[in-house]
Amino acid sequence: MRLQEPEDTVSFTFDGQSIRGVPGEPVAAALMAAGVKLVARSFKYHRPRGIMSAGSEEQNALVTVGRGAQAEPNVRATVLEVSAGLEVFSQNAWPSLKYDVMAVNDLMAPFLGAGFYYKTFMWPKAFWEKLYEPIIRRAAGLGGLSGQPNADRYEKAFAFCDVLIIGGGPAGLMAALTAGRAGADIILADEDTAMGGRLLREVEDIDGQPAADWVEEALVELRALPNVRLMTRTTVTGAYDQGTYGALERIAGPRHIDKPLECFWRVVAKRAILSAGALERPIAFPDNDRPGVMMASAVRSYVNRWGVAPGKTVAVFGNNDDAHRTAHDLAAAGITVAALIDSRPDIQAEGDFEVLSNATVTATKGRHALEGITVTQDGEAREIPVDCLAISGGWNPTVHLTCHMNGRPTWREDIASFVPTPDSIPGMVTAGACNGAFTTAACLKEGAEAAADVARGLGLKPKVTVPAADERAYKIAPLWAMPGKGRKWIDFQNDVHVKDINLAAQENFRSVEHMKRYTTQGMAPDQGKSSNVVALAVLADATGRGIPETGTTTFRPPFVPVSIAAMGAGSQGKGFAPERLTTSHHASVARGAPMIEAGLWYRPSYFPQQGETYWRQSCDREVGYVRNAVGVCDVSTLGKIDIQGPDAAALLDFVYVNMFSTLKQGRVRYGLMLREDGHVMDDGTTARLGPEHFVMTTTTAAAGQVMRHLEFALQVLRPDLDARIASVTEQWAQFAVAGPRSRALLNAVLDARLTDADWPFMACGDVAVAGVAGRLFRISFSGEHAYELAVPARYGASLFRLLTAQAETLGGGAYGMEALNVLRIEKGFITHAEIHGRVTAFDIGMDRMISRKKDCIGQTAAARSGLMSEEREQLVGLKPVGAVKQLTAGAYLFEPGAAAERINSQGYTTSEAYSPTLKTGLALGFLKRGRARHGEVIRMVDHLREIEAKVEVCDPVFFDPDGGRARG
Amino acid sequence: MRITCPNCGERDRREFYYQGDAVALARPASDAGPQAWDDYLHNRENPAGDTQDLWFHEAGCGAWIVVSRNTVTHAIDSTTLAATVKR
Ligand SMILES: [Zn+2]
Repeated sequence: MRLQEPEDTVSFTFDGQSIRGVPGEPVAAALMAAGVKLVARSFKYHRPRGIMSAGSEEQNALVTVGRGAQAEPNVRATVLEVSAGLEVFSQNAWPSLKYDVMAVNDLMAPFLGAGFYYKTFMWPKAFWEKLYEPIIRRAAGLGGLSGQPNADRYEKAFAFCDVLIIGGGPAGLMAALTAGRAGADIILADEDTAMGGRLLREVEDIDGQPAADWVEEALVELRALPNVRLMTRTTVTGAYDQGTYGALERIAGPRHIDKPLECFWRVVAKRAILSAGALERPIAFPDNDRPGVMMASAVRSYVNRWGVAPGKTVAVFGNNDDAHRTAHDLAAAGITVAALIDSRPDIQAEGDFEVLSNATVTATKGRHALEGITVTQDGEAREIPVDCLAISGGWNPTVHLTCHMNGRPTWREDIASFVPTPDSIPGMVTAGACNGAFTTAACLKEGAEAAADVARGLGLKPKVTVPAADERAYKIAPLWAMPGKGRKWIDFQNDVHVKDINLAAQENFRSVEHMKRYTTQGMAPDQGKSSNVVALAVLADATGRGIPETGTTTFRPPFVPVSIAAMGAGSQGKGFAPERLTTSHHASVARGAPMIEAGLWYRPSYFPQQGETYWRQSCDREVGYVRNAVGVCDVSTLGKIDIQGPDAAALLDFVYVNMFSTLKQGRVRYGLMLREDGHVMDDGTTARLGPEHFVMTTTTAAAGQVMRHLEFALQVLRPDLDARIASVTEQWAQFAVAGPRSRALLNAVLDARLTDADWPFMACGDVAVAGVAGRLFRISFSGEHAYELAVPARYGASLFRLLTAQAETLGGGAYGMEALNVLRIEKGFITHAEIHGRVTAFDIGMDRMISRKKDCIGQTAAARSGLMSEEREQLVGLKPVGAVKQLTAGAYLFEPGAAAERINSQGYTTSEAYSPTLKTGLALGFLKRGRARHGEVIRMVDHLREIEAKVEVCDPVFFDPDGGRARG
Repeated sequence: MRITCPNCGERDRREFYYQGDAVALARPASDAGPQAWDDYLHNRENPAGDTQDLWFHEAGCGAWIVVSRNTVTHAIDSTTLAATVKR
């Protein structure tokens, strides 16, 4: 029921039922106005539940918003804003919220207590995965996911400020005014749709005017300050190292597919002021979970702020003076107050309602909504018919963020609550209700003083002026759980009640952390915000200890649930793995080449021609180009590192096993690089372009790693060397031109002809293509007479067109990764399939390359006897010699008579190809004592693909072993 | 987590690559013997308290940085360019 008829309403649906609401108000308020009491079913027992709070701490009213891929489960109806056409659904109920089949769980409750899963579903073990868990998962739970890719948009953002003020209630506003006036760069964040915190719901005055007016004035001033940023709907979710805070912003306005739902902020603040307020805690009495039982302060929010009556006849039950406000505000709004029930014996309260002191609520009734309560006073029980019960067990300061870096809160007996321990978070101070200061006057004062301290610390000169405000003291007598029969709920979201905690204590789970895990107390999405202190008090009582001795569980981030999609915003799909495209990419795609990923790069597999129906046809043809005519391949993805300086050669000597200082200008050398532990890191060629100028190539896969490694060598290990390095991978487009006719092709495109004398194998130098300066390297990864031609990347696309067109006139053409792989396997050239991180120079037969005339990274460790043992698996070639011709990579090698079991493994294969040149399958692999076993016939067994072949061990260089073709 | 790069100032830790213990700065001579090399390559303290490790400002200036920090409090005491550390 609404207290005033609102002007503008829109319509939305709840389980298909049309409901009118005011745009921007919480869905909970609109449901309440429409008389909807039953909103949800509980997690475990499917108990009927209603709306309990008016904020992000809501335990019961979780709903699903939207449908299909856009369905979002477990949204709190107290935070979700009404907009036209919004579709809201109840969850965890079937076939309907009112007639929920699984409510049978509630009848089985005596068997479903804490520890039930552990005890009942232990045996037989195999049943757990197949039978028990699926059933439990179906029966218990909150909202479900659609199973479809998330269609909604999310964002992430970064912000920086002098002072982050967390919470815009009286303390936060006062802090913002004080520090803002002093000139500090401020972010004031509050999770509500409006700033003001408690002042938005309380009837009281500040500075002689209604609190709400004071809030509006403060906001007008703050909005006018250019150094203050106000962020509503923004929950600060975590405190992290070096002044970093996570914050989740819900984007204002109606949900729309084109608009982000949430933005995850990372805020970096020099200082922070926590003014997060306090959360009211429930009291555990029998059946305290019926729809209509609400927090006393939430009732004030709905009545005073949203103009909605939560019931027609309301009783108030509390143990503190603050609860009395609810009775007064209800009466002032014209709602019948059936009774004010206070557990304390000597209270002072006057109003147009019955006041029962030394009295408690000991039972409730009503199946889908509250119908009445039983009040016990002086041992006498009486029933009072009500449709709403406002409860207050006192206030818990919102200390959570102060615990995010291992801080433990301190118990304060006078307010029966935990308060923050000072300096728990470096750079953060606390003020107001979250600090245990519960009067408005104290909040304003603490906010102003904390901000003044912080501002002074930043070198500013703040002035402190605090307006007059409510100073009524907060008096409380602890009241946690009522005696008596029936389940007294503590953690409403996870269905944990007093008996569960007592059972945990009885079974010796006396540590609060054990109790938590045994009962699941505080492990629901709300993380026990409202329930942990009550649970702790019950455990303390059960174990005969005080609350401070019992301790607290650890509050961890996030303070409210954060969508993974928000934290990972921008990192889905191509955001997670951006595409790196070569300059020939579009030409390759236009030729129908299937592109394969190489790290983030995309490279063509092969270039199919008309009539080719199978990749091998294209691949074999392209291999033939290179072996018989000329092929062109984009090799720009290889890492290119420019190295310059007087000590550039010395740096290369230090990072490569072989000598580079002896390399002549205009020449290229193959180099092998080790990790310091003696294993192979990478290989490639390095060209000397000038006396102090080299350009190194790395494998595509290791480009980043090698760059980091070179900087490490230069800065960490050899800062004495005067050299500088820069990655130029993307500055140069580079193409392999390979095959007997490669020189003919180049002579057709280069401005000057190549001669035998000037361009021997492993020469390099400057060339020009149609006037464009480029670099030419006579190197070969195919074993043929070959070159690599590099031009500035902006000419790459046109050079690729030119080269492929010329190659085609010479009986060749473009070749892709498949052919490149066949060509290198035929020659026994290694890639990271072979140098996979566990092999040494010795294993690949290159240990003699390690120069003894100098020190290099990995040299000492590589000389360890274990890394040079003849027993090691050594690089070999393998050829099929039996009926099965198919070889595979990743297969294991065995002696002919040995069982194909791990213990008998002699080695494994790393690469495999069909060689159209040699008309046979080929494989590279590692075999124990392999170099001494050429000619032996062994077994290759691929357990996964179920392939077994007889193979002959041979030299890894299958084709042109003396290398004459490359040199010729 | 924020790290102050001596060249670039305070930056988000996502800009940095973490390497490991700053023991890497004290590379033994080739003939230092197996124990010295074993310690250098493999043996690491796991202190609850002050530690020094190497970070690479990979998404920044490319500096290798020695970071002195506390593994318990996560406080960072100082950062120095590895190239300038005396050894
Ligand atoms: Zn930097």
